[in-house]
Amino acid sequence: MLLSDSDLQAIWLTLRLAGIVTAILFVVGTPVAWWLSRTRSRWKGPIGAVVALPLVLPPSVLGFYLLVAMGPNGPVGQLTASLGLGLLPFTFWGLVVASVFYSFPFMVQPVQSAFESIGERPLEVAATLRASPLDRFFTVALPLAAPGFLTAGILTFAHTVGEFGVVLMIGGNIPGVTRVASVQIYDHVEAMEYADAHRLSAVMVAFSFLVLLSLYAWRRNARGADGSHG
Amino acid sequence: MDDIAARFQLDWPGFRLDVDLTLPGRGVTALFGHSGSGKTTLLRCIAGLERSRQGFLSFKGEVWQDARTWLPTYRRPLGYVFQEASLFPHLTVLGNLRYGQKRIAADQRRSLDQAIELLGIGPLLARRPDRLSGGERQRVGIARALAVSPRVLLMDEPLAALDLKRKQEILPYLERLHDTLEIPVLYVSHSPDEVARLADHLVAMEGGRVLASGPLGETLARLDLPIRLGEDAGVVLDATVAERDAQWHLARVDFPGGSLWTRDQGQAIGQHVRVRVLARDVSLAAQHQEHTSILNLLPGRVDAMADDEHPGLALVRVRVGDSVLLARLTKRSAAALGVTPGQSLWVQVKSVALME
Repeated sequence: MLLSDSDLQAIWLTLRLAGIVTAILFVVGTPVAWWLSRTRSRWKGPIGAVVALPLVLPPSVLGFYLLVAMGPNGPVGQLTASLGLGLLPFTFWGLVVASVFYSFPFMVQPVQSAFESIGERPLEVAATLRASPLDRFFTVALPLAAPGFLTAGILTFAHTVGEFGVVLMIGGNIPGVTRVASVQIYDHVEAMEYADAHRLSAVMVAFSFLVLLSLYAWRRNARGADGSHG
Repeated sequence: MDDIAARFQLDWPGFRLDVDLTLPGRGVTALFGHSGSGKTTLLRCIAGLERSRQGFLSFKGEVWQDARTWLPTYRRPLGYVFQEASLFPHLTVLGNLRYGQKRIAADQRRSLDQAIELLGIGPLLARRPDRLSGGERQRVGIARALAVSPRVLLMDEPLAALDLKRKQEILPYLERLHDTLEIPVLYVSHSPDEVARLADHLVAMEGGRVLASGPLGETLARLDLPIRLGEDAGVVLDATVAERDAQWHLARVDFPGGSLWTRDQGQAIGQHVRVRVLARDVSLAAQHQEHTSILNLLPGRVDAMADDEHPGLALVRVRVGDSVLLARLTKRSAAALGVTPGQSLWVQVKSVALME
């Protein structure tokens, strides 16, 4: 099964996009998840709902608004233009920004529930052992939430790999810049290249299956280790 | 200024804490009461884990909390033992011990050896908390709290989550702590046995308020609000094993003001013990009884008398030397003896319970 150069290029672009988005979301999503897991503010509900929006919105809606915001008359577009970065739509970094929004809940929600399941007690213990709030976060909350981070990372990565609608809205279909695997498959089908579409699709199916398989296998192992000392 | 002054007011839905206390800066102070009495909340306020809006806390002259000051928990020089050991599951036993130790100033850091030795956890250091029994976990929890070289040790029902066997396993360690530690210990408990064994000072709590606070012996002997450790009124005496009678398997223990014979339970001469004397085991006589099965006859002086729970019974507080005992009599017997404060009587102690 041979993939063409353009297929390989699309796969590489996809992996790069998903990797960068996942890395950014670890940094951006963690504080949001921490805040949501600990706050008693009345803003918890509204902020939580905004974070979850991409789960229910059609990607084209999200993509449309992001396109408007990042366009020459949008606030983000004016900002990036004034910073000398140019406009983001139809660039790789435009895709990155859009994907960060699109995949946000896939990072925040597992991490948030991991933080919530820790409870207050270990953090109180750490406080009585002289750990400052920041110290407690890094030495107790993060290690205890590690399984949630792994789940979140895998889900975010896989979800970004699978996005299509937002990419089309923001990135168009520029080879080597914004043409990710899902768009490449769409192109193959449009051009009636069913054999090519099939090869790339099969790779995607295999990839997704392996990711989920390893996630479930790892979860079962982790639970098994927990169960032995219940 | 060697004591701990604590004033807290908390208003929660369905619960109110309102205390104003001065606690001794040494020895074990038991915060005793039923669940819901506010004893754990009081301890958490002292630790800074709860913040009462109205509050004052000074520890040996240092203000930890007042209208302008709030020292967060991690800046308070305390050790805290939680009801469940709450060890960090991602660290080994040694990692747990070191967690706090490495966060205190280097010049205050002491070797872990003493805490490890005191709690007997040397063989467990490399283990993960999930490979420990409940009793072992709690011993590690106590050692971890001691590893920060605290100036006060707070313990929140450290034995409550353990079964009887594990409790018996840990109590000797706590008694060792009591004998070796120079820092004050605040010990929350609802167990009469633990309080009788460990406490020097007793704070009895109910419904978020302090019923009584004072040295253990005196507080237990109060007649105005009989504080009961368990089902019966009684006192606890600090005593020393003074003599062992091999022929009759008896031991004599001396307490401030007298001595008592009890069954020999193998304690060495000179060992410090605690003796619990229940009011129902103490009777009074006007004259020295020559022919009686009761071994312990002590000269005493009536201090005060009060009604007991049953209308036919009275509690009499009797001074024996520097100690006080409680005796329960029928009111008829009290009337026949003509019990009045200041009267000299013979105190007959039928049986005593040696602890430790």
